[in-house]
Amino acid sequence: MRTPIAYFVVLSGVLFTLGTLGVLLRKNALLIFMSVELQLNAVNLALVAFSRMHLALDGQVLAFFSMVVAAAEVVVGLAIIVAVYRRRGTVDVDEARGLAG
Amino acid sequence: MPLDNVVFWVFAPISVASAVGMLLMRNAVHAALFLVVNFFCLAVFFLILDAPFLFAVQIIVYAGAIMVLFLFVIMLLGVDRGDDLRERLVAQRPLALALAAGFVIEIALAVRTGIGFATKAPAGFEAVNDPGNAQAVAKVLFRDYFLPFEVTSVLLIIAAIATMVLGQRKARAVTQAELEAIETTGP
Repeated sequence: MRTPIAYFVVLSGVLFTLGTLGVLLRKNALLIFMSVELQLNAVNLALVAFSRMHLALDGQVLAFFSMVVAAAEVVVGLAIIVAVYRRRGTVDVDEARGLAG
Repeated sequence: MPLDNVVFWVFAPISVASAVGMLLMRNAVHAALFLVVNFFCLAVFFLILDAPFLFAVQIIVYAGAIMVLFLFVIMLLGVDRGDDLRERLVAQRPLALALAAGFVIEIALAVRTGIGFATKAPAGFEAVNDPGNAQAVAKVLFRDYFLPFEVTSVLLIIAAIATMVLGQRKARAVTQAELEAIETTGP
């Protein structure tokens, strides 16, 4: 391992920022959701890099937990998107102006 | 040049380019496929960071299960027609790009002051990973993080139930007038 750890952390920051841009710029709820997944993955990369730097496995375990939570979150989030699509006929977030069903 | 350095500089541009591609694709299916590329690149980074267990989990859970679920929902909803990319909010795009630039600069500065750009990972991770990465992770997981592990299983059950509740299509209730109409006309 001769690559400096900082490179991985900066790369993780860049990917997280691209995910943030996706959330801010896209209209399709599915694409916003994919951008959130990108953010979660970027943070996982930082966790594993720091785990390598500190010679401890706690970072890897935390990344593992975040993957499990992301899986649960995807399942519920996609179910919500499907429910919204059934009710409104679109997944464009600009169309969803009201909270009332 | 050491091998892991080569791997990093090959896969880092691919991961950033695939993330940008996901951001710019109008078609949701293409965006999802770019995201799969990005997940594979991150799996490779896990491998050169001496985390082969997370490498396998990343490919199986993210690139396998989660992305298949995404593609399934995209096909199910038929929203692969292409997105309306016109922006309706004033100055949303410039503000978002400025925020992103500031965020990247801030992270770079924080990393420089925090750990420095030259800090190499210390040797000796083989001792931490002894006898193997999966065994070592399991040891930490089931000794130090056992309660969070059990809470996670509860979370997964709740997520499964929530999805079933959200996904079920309720039968429409029969109104009183319809009931009377049925009774007068006969079955």
